[in-house]
Amino acid sequence: MNIGWYLTVSVIVFCIGAGGVLTRRNPLVILLCLELMLNAANLALIAFSRMWGNGDGQVFAIIVLVVAACEVTIGLGVVVAMYRRRVPIDVDELRELHG
Amino acid sequence: MAPVFFFLASIGAIAGAFGVATLRNPFYSVLALVSHLVALAALFLLLRAEFIAAAQVVVYAGAVMVLYVFVVAYVGNQVEPVRAAGGPGLKVGSVIFAGALAVELLIAVLGSGLKGIDSKGAPYAPGFGTPASIGELLLTRFLFPFEAASFLLLMAAVGAVVLARRRGGLEAADEAEPQRIDFRLPPGSGSMAEGVGDINPTGHLDVRAALTPAAVPAPEERDR
Repeated sequence: MNIGWYLTVSVIVFCIGAGGVLTRRNPLVILLCLELMLNAANLALIAFSRMWGNGDGQVFAIIVLVVAACEVTIGLGVVVAMYRRRVPIDVDELRELHG
Repeated sequence: MAPVFFFLASIGAIAGAFGVATLRNPFYSVLALVSHLVALAALFLLLRAEFIAAAQVVVYAGAVMVLYVFVVAYVGNQVEPVRAAGGPGLKVGSVIFAGALAVELLIAVLGSGLKGIDSKGAPYAPGFGTPASIGELLLTRFLFPFEAASFLLLMAAVGAVVLARRRGGLEAADEAEPQRIDFRLPPGSGSMAEGVGDINPTGHLDVRAALTPAAVPAPEERDR
């Protein structure tokens, strides 16, 4: 398969993730859609790595994987803290940041 | 065979992504993301990135998704109301924006004029994408990003512990555990504990002592 096909799949997944971030209201699902966007970027990186025939893009994909894991950890920590404080788990209800 | 596998995996990846963005129950969204990740790992295998595919399945679909499942189970499956708070216009606008972004990105990527996009990629060199080659790159050329990533992971772990701990600056004062209310009957009122000689072993009722607070034993004594 040509590299362009992989890039097309990557673009479609990225846009589904972007639409999910814009339309959903549960912060858990918004985090999941952010994961979708990061994974689409990973697929593009690995496709370009295959196109050039060197492994730099794959190393970059591993770094993106690490950043995604950190983002999930902090995001889920914030969701748990919101739940403990009886704040509604809904991004439209959250208007202030102070503890 | 490769085109068949490619279309199967990409249909699975896109369907999983669509499920994540549209399913109403967050638990089902997490399961859809797991299937999306497995299909994406198949695409990585087709691109000869074996190590990333394995890491994707083990780290993402195995560990991170378990974290998600735990938090969804802890917070409770909160099914969203059908109507968005911003009104239907916001939702339609978001979908239109996502579609416009897709068209724009496709034009930008496929019309970029890169010669490699219409090819199957560089000729395959033995050892491309294996753990050995990735590890050598990580520990020689990309040593600084590797160390920065490990430091980032450490900071994220500390931050998660600080955010999710039970007592601390994030807790409100009114969140203390509710005190146990003392439902103890006064002595001499015929409770079951008296029947076995627990409170009033002498048998006669001293009304004045029963009405003073000292007659009720302290909680530490009662809990034997």
